[in-house]
Amino acid sequence: MPHIGWKCLKGAFVTVVALGFGFLILPLLVIIPLSFNVEPYFTFTEGMLRFDGDAYSLRWYRSIVENPEWRAAIGNSFFIGIFAAALATVLGTLAAMGLNHPKFPFREFVSAFVISPMVTPVIIVAVGVFFFYSAIGLGQTRLGLILAHAMLGAPFVVITVSATLAGFDHTLLRAAASLGAGPITAFRRIQLPIIAPGVFTGALFAFAASFDEVVIVLFLGGVDQRTIPRQMWSGIREEISPTILAIATLLIAFAILVLLAVELLQKSGKRIHEDT
Amino acid sequence: MNRRRQGRRLLRRFIPVGLALPLVAFVLVTFVIPLATMVVQSVHDPEVADAFPRTLALLADWEDSALPSPDVYEAMAAELVLSRENRSIGKVATRVNRIESGTRSVFAKTARRLESADTSDMPASMIQIDRRWGDVSLWRAIVKAGQRYTARHYLQSIDLERGLDGEIQLVSEERRIYKTLYLRTVYVSFAVTVSCFLIGYPIAFAITSVSDSLAKILLVIVLVPFWTSLLVRTTSWLVLLQNQGVINDILVWIGLVDDGSRLALVHNMTGTLIAMTHVLLPFMILPLYAVMRSIPPVYMRAAASLGANPFQAFARVYFPQSLPGVSAGCLLVFILSLGYYITPALVGGAKGQLISNMIAYHIQTSLNWGLAAAISVVVLVGVFVCYFLFDRWVGIDKLKLG
Repeated sequence: MPHIGWKCLKGAFVTVVALGFGFLILPLLVIIPLSFNVEPYFTFTEGMLRFDGDAYSLRWYRSIVENPEWRAAIGNSFFIGIFAAALATVLGTLAAMGLNHPKFPFREFVSAFVISPMVTPVIIVAVGVFFFYSAIGLGQTRLGLILAHAMLGAPFVVITVSATLAGFDHTLLRAAASLGAGPITAFRRIQLPIIAPGVFTGALFAFAASFDEVVIVLFLGGVDQRTIPRQMWSGIREEISPTILAIATLLIAFAILVLLAVELLQKSGKRIHEDT
Repeated sequence: MNRRRQGRRLLRRFIPVGLALPLVAFVLVTFVIPLATMVVQSVHDPEVADAFPRTLALLADWEDSALPSPDVYEAMAAELVLSRENRSIGKVATRVNRIESGTRSVFAKTARRLESADTSDMPASMIQIDRRWGDVSLWRAIVKAGQRYTARHYLQSIDLERGLDGEIQLVSEERRIYKTLYLRTVYVSFAVTVSCFLIGYPIAFAITSVSDSLAKILLVIVLVPFWTSLLVRTTSWLVLLQNQGVINDILVWIGLVDDGSRLALVHNMTGTLIAMTHVLLPFMILPLYAVMRSIPPVYMRAAASLGANPFQAFARVYFPQSLPGVSAGCLLVFILSLGYYITPALVGGAKGQLISNMIAYHIQTSLNWGLAAAISVVVLVGVFVCYFLFDRWVGIDKLKLG
């Protein structure tokens, strides 16, 4: 009866996979209801399990809004993230366009070079950044954090833009030139629409890299440059309050939004590729 | 005319390079130079040399078996007073204290009292202020700390030191901390890589073998944690695993664990392993999925039609084709684990600390930046070796995400 054996095996496999998926997602899902706990506990109260409305509240969300430190942290995170992502996107897109040109000299070496910040352990990058940026007066400044985060984010842009350029037919640009388009027009009308999804995806990756980064902020940032993850770090270390769970829930919602945006961009990228 | 055309062609050839140049320059300034600064910091230690130039010059040809001559004491006294005035004395004292512990207080105290001291017999006055000035080992420590370039931090970062006779030797047993930490880091990275593989492989395989619409939902389950902040994921494990947390509550509720003997799941190695596996799991699944997606399912069917049972078909046909994904995922997870800091720092407790926590400790708390830099260089070299081996065995071009 080998058939029953294989069925058991399949059942075991499905169980293992289901447990794996549970391991991935349940820890995040557990946080969400706990953030509405009316009590300052980190576990489900009896009232919560009875779905008693009084056991839930928005008090921890209110405490984010009312706390000036959290408000400053949210502002800092977006300020640093947006500027770092913008810088990374401009530099990364230009570089990807150059690197994907068929005649680029030492392409492999240069690609590996500009991607190297991404594959170096961030604690080591943070140590180097701390020594050098402090020495040139960029310690405890937003500018220092923007530059460091842009450096971490640029490789993502190079990779995503390169992916959209990989199938790009360079004769299209020559065709445009032969029809009288200058190089800028040719770029704007031909190349830019094709790479646009890659550029936006890369920008989102770069923003997320900055938004989530905490080691460099810990080493280089001062009290005035505290970002959301930095504030969570001290919240966890000093005295963990359910406010952290509320901010965590907001960040999970934000992550889902970013994920949806990336999926939409990839879909539109595919469509353009099919059209050309 | 022809010339102009040539010029234009030349210009066109340089456009790609010109486009890449800003990022290359940016990476050079914001990444390469900082790492170079770090390497310099690991060997360059000028504090004491800058504070006591004259004393150290006089000590250059000192026989270190007897006390130095009176003119050394006079130079030392003058430079102590000077470094007290320009407030560098604290740093200097810290430096010497790292070599000869218990000497931190000597410097500030001596500098303060020298102002009202009798200057006719400097050696006697200084020894009277603090008798350690009459001790050869303090002078030896000053000479050692006065080296502008030193391998001391590297020796220390691998539990070695230079003995009195200049021989390199292991430090005493109770100070041997770094070897344990490197080994523990490698062990944790290895364990996390293996558990990510064991959990991630079936998941990636499942995503490729279900219908498209279900695969999309399953991919979202992988990608949501991937996009969620690291701090959020670490927090959720802290909440789940702590003594009064959800997992212990459930275990007590179903009666598996007694209320009095709740499991210690966090602030120890268990916490570090569980949380790091969760955080790094997407980095295993995504490269695996990218490779598995490109394996045509007809091969498995062909194997089955040739008489292989599903297990044989998997082991002989499918698994070998998925190996590039396995190696890429394992490399990513292993290297990311080697430098992991946040998760062990928050859920690891004292027993779950890794080498990166030591780097952070020396940057933020002990302020021994040279040692932090040396440990970082050691870790960086380890990472390079991993990449090098990967490139030799697999080829680095096989490494891609998604």
